[in-house]
Amino acid sequence: MNDAVVWLTIFILSVFVGIEVISKVSSTLHTPLMSGANAIHGIILLGAIIVTGTTDNTVALVVGLVAIVLAAVNMVGGFVVTDRMLQMFVRRKKKPVAAGSDGAGAAR
Amino acid sequence: MTVIPTWAQLVYLACAVCFILALKGLSGPKTARAGNLIGAAAAVVACAVPFFYKPDGLEHLHHVPLILGAIVIGTVGGVVGARRVQMTQMPQMVALFNGVGGGAAALVALLELHELVGAADLGADVDWFVLVATAFTIFVGSVSFAGSVVTFAKLQELMTSAPVTFPGLALGFGAGIVAAVGLSTQLALDPAMWVGIVLAVVGLAFGLLLVLPVGGADVPIVISLLNAFTGLTVAAGGYVLDNVVLLVAGTLVGASGTFLTLLMAKAMGRSVANILFGALKGGSTLGAGVASDRPVKSANPEDVAIMLAYADRVIIVPGYGLAVAQAQHTLRELVDVLSERGADVDYAIHPVAGRMPGHMNVLLAEAQVPYEQLKEMDEINGDFKDADVVLIVGANDVVNPAAKTTPGAPIYGMPILNADEAKQVVFMKRSMRPGFAGIENELLFEENTTLLFGDAKDSMGKLLNAVKAL
Repeated sequence: MNDAVVWLTIFILSVFVGIEVISKVSSTLHTPLMSGANAIHGIILLGAIIVTGTTDNTVALVVGLVAIVLAAVNMVGGFVVTDRMLQMFVRRKKKPVAAGSDGAGAAR
Repeated sequence: MTVIPTWAQLVYLACAVCFILALKGLSGPKTARAGNLIGAAAAVVACAVPFFYKPDGLEHLHHVPLILGAIVIGTVGGVVGARRVQMTQMPQMVALFNGVGGGAAALVALLELHELVGAADLGADVDWFVLVATAFTIFVGSVSFAGSVVTFAKLQELMTSAPVTFPGLALGFGAGIVAAVGLSTQLALDPAMWVGIVLAVVGLAFGLLLVLPVGGADVPIVISLLNAFTGLTVAAGGYVLDNVVLLVAGTLVGASGTFLTLLMAKAMGRSVANILFGALKGGSTLGAGVASDRPVKSANPEDVAIMLAYADRVIIVPGYGLAVAQAQHTLRELVDVLSERGADVDYAIHPVAGRMPGHMNVLLAEAQVPYEQLKEMDEINGDFKDADVVLIVGANDVVNPAAKTTPGAPIYGMPILNADEAKQVVFMKRSMRPGFAGIENELLFEENTTLLFGDAKDSMGKLLNAVKAL
């Protein structure tokens, strides 16, 4: 198979997977999902590390370091803020269980 | 191009799978937190990989101390921002994180172009499709960066949240697209650094033009769309860098982000095209954004307390104003007291309550409001006609009947909560200033509507005491 076709195959399949995995999300989770997906594209940090680490041009090095800072803010900040939001959802989910009189409450 | 060892490729594959699992997890309430952590772990592992192999015939990665330093700076910045941000400011934060990601992708593509230009100068044959992908990343990454900055400014109210239009905007738009296509073609035929830089500048300008005409209430949809854009740029960057994990992660975000954007637009009863370009066609100029001086019926907390205390069925409509005033906790107390008195109380959550779809759920979760009291719009809309009192706290656009009755209003067509069907409507408002969409709300002037002016937290406290005293 042609190299470009391999990449195209991966791309198309990923499109379908991307749509499929989130197709049943409830509107309650739209904000954290958006924020989490936002953090995932912070993986551009990996690309920034590679291009910066393989250059010997001073200007390129500086630009690369800026890209690394920006990408790291995106990636790390994104995951942390998503976790902060989701933490509150978890607490809210626990509360009715703890208040309930069923066995699940006692088990907690 | 970089030769990546097999073990590293396999690690990348595992990380790509983890990103799929992360998104899957994030779409269910029970698995969301685990999903996010899986994603974070995969991202860290993937980023560690290049430190352990020999890229491009080099002995090892160069400039490692500087790279690590930059990572530390970015990490500290990200963590501090993420921890300090108020839940009310979440949409701005997501916009900002998205913008820096898009900016980073554009810079990476410019650096890669620099490499490719160097290779071409030495007589190497550079694949035109790689150059097209590079051009795409430079342009769309810049659009995403500039667009996100404007989005941030609108939400943070550093600038007007009303649609900004000016003559020639549509023309500038067309010119931007033509320029982008032309420059990309030029780049593919004859790679040169200046073309890439001009392309980035055009992208920045295009990003501004794209978001300026979007009204404040629609901005969250734009955040979601720009998020998808950034995902696609990362995917294209992955192709350019021969890196499968970038390709898969970027494509996942691009595809799911686009889908999510469509879902949200549907919840607002709008098409994405209408949200982006509606203002260009004119018609949404209805939002003057000024306070009205038409007569309304206002009351003091004691009057409202009596109304609430003797109601059997109460529905609360919380809005962004509630969260800004940090009155969620007092509201929850009030609801507890009313429930103890035997009233049946629920919260009606509009899908776009707050400033982003699902935002209000996050805000009330923060105040530990029990899950089962939160009712989604479709679930509760039939109940309004039986409600004795609807208490609207800091919300406006989501109960504005103009969405049904006034074609041409910026929110026309958005499904709304049928608060107007209730026997009594109480608005808690700071002033007569219109909502985020910038249009007047007819419901305020209805006969069965009462207004309780004041800061939501202050009024809510007085209301709570008054109810307790009865």
